[in-house]
Amino acid sequence: MNRNRIKIQVENLIKDFGSLHVLQGVTTAIYEGEVVVVIGPSGSGKSTFLRCLNKLEETTSGRIMIDGKELTDPKTDINHLRERVGMVFQHFNLFNNMPVLRNLMLAPVDLKKCSKTEAKARAVAMLKRVGLEEKANSYPRELSGGQKQRVAIARSLCMKPDIMLFDEPTSALDPEMVGEVLDVMKELARDGMTMVVVTHEMGFAREVANRVLFMADGQILEEGTPEQIFRNPQNPRTKDFLNKVL
Amino acid sequence: MIDLFSRYGRVLVTAMGQTLLLALYGLFFACIIGLIVGIMSVVKNKFCRGFALVFVNLIRGVPMIVLAYFIFFGVPFLFNNVLHVQNRVTLTALQAGSICLALNCGAYMAEIIRAGIQSVDIGQMEAARSVGLPYWRAMQRVVLPQAIRTMIPSIINQFIITLKDTSILSVIGFPELVNTAKNVVAETFLSFQTWGIVAIMYLIVILLLQWLAKVLERRLKYESK
Repeated sequence: MNRNRIKIQVENLIKDFGSLHVLQGVTTAIYEGEVVVVIGPSGSGKSTFLRCLNKLEETTSGRIMIDGKELTDPKTDINHLRERVGMVFQHFNLFNNMPVLRNLMLAPVDLKKCSKTEAKARAVAMLKRVGLEEKANSYPRELSGGQKQRVAIARSLCMKPDIMLFDEPTSALDPEMVGEVLDVMKELARDGMTMVVVTHEMGFAREVANRVLFMADGQILEEGTPEQIFRNPQNPRTKDFLNKVL
Repeated sequence: MIDLFSRYGRVLVTAMGQTLLLALYGLFFACIIGLIVGIMSVVKNKFCRGFALVFVNLIRGVPMIVLAYFIFFGVPFLFNNVLHVQNRVTLTALQAGSICLALNCGAYMAEIIRAGIQSVDIGQMEAARSVGLPYWRAMQRVVLPQAIRTMIPSIINQFIITLKDTSILSVIGFPELVNTAKNVVAETFLSFQTWGIVAIMYLIVILLLQWLAKVLERRLKYESK
């Protein structure tokens, strides 16, 4: 982790859905190569927070800067920025109308990031990295949940992002498939990817996170190293939550 | 009946040709209108959505026979007798009929297309956007191809309805099948035989269309396998 380079800066982020105040002033900074795990009860706003980071949700007020570029500025080319911020969803969201390899090649080729041959080579390499090179010509519906999620990670990696966002990536998986997805994520973390992970996998948080954020009621109530949060939580809400899940 | 067909068969088949021509024009423009209005009803822009809503409800709320009279008689009257434009505006029955079918079928097509797009999980669009694809690219590459597959049966159904609706345009004097059959009955007084033949002719064309639809549907399913 590089403490000198802030990758994502969030200042007083507020998000309302009508009269529902989902995020009530979130402020934090995420450094290059840092793995931040966001935990908290459901409805705490952690997924919304993550979705704001690549503007899948419009923010109500506050600032988000990625590499110093302001996300909330209408002049910022959001599509260009999203190319560098990968996102992995709870329900995988592979493109159902095309085989795995085309899922991986679609964006790089369509956005003319590279030639078709290069895109294909990279797609195959990424599939290999997640251990699924033999599934290149399968359709998403022919894959298991764990395989779909690994393909989804590979698809994001094809755009060569320098930040990866994970929105409960293992919550929709059968228990025996959680491990294979977490392994891929651990490897990414080891390779120095900047990662923000919303998850209920406390084991993963303990093992991989540099920092854990505890969110409740649309705010970050407590943050610290996994050691601090899991061994010695200070906030009563954190204690209560951890008692329930651990 | 066979005797009648041998005498008037040629006339009736030609009229069926006119029916198909009218349907073809109508459907062609209906597809364009349907696609545009259908997409307008799912985009973020409030003006677009409002326009689509008003258009669809307006057309659906007016019987096609009224729409036909309105376009064929009403619109030229407005220009010639109310606004007194320099060059007289006249519409041929084919033009008016095509416009009428296109508007009517277009409104229903728009609804089919809107429902088809909305039936695709929102996550597909989000995933496409999250890898950097712009909205229209994502629509074109990911959402529409999936939407079209679910839309095909409804679209074919709408095609059949529109083909049958051409008969309504006999009221503005277009020489399609029903209008021609009326003349045949007037000449021969053979109501039962004439309308029987006309019914069979419609049936044959529509069965053919349905068969074509089945083939197309199976082909699309196969391709997606």
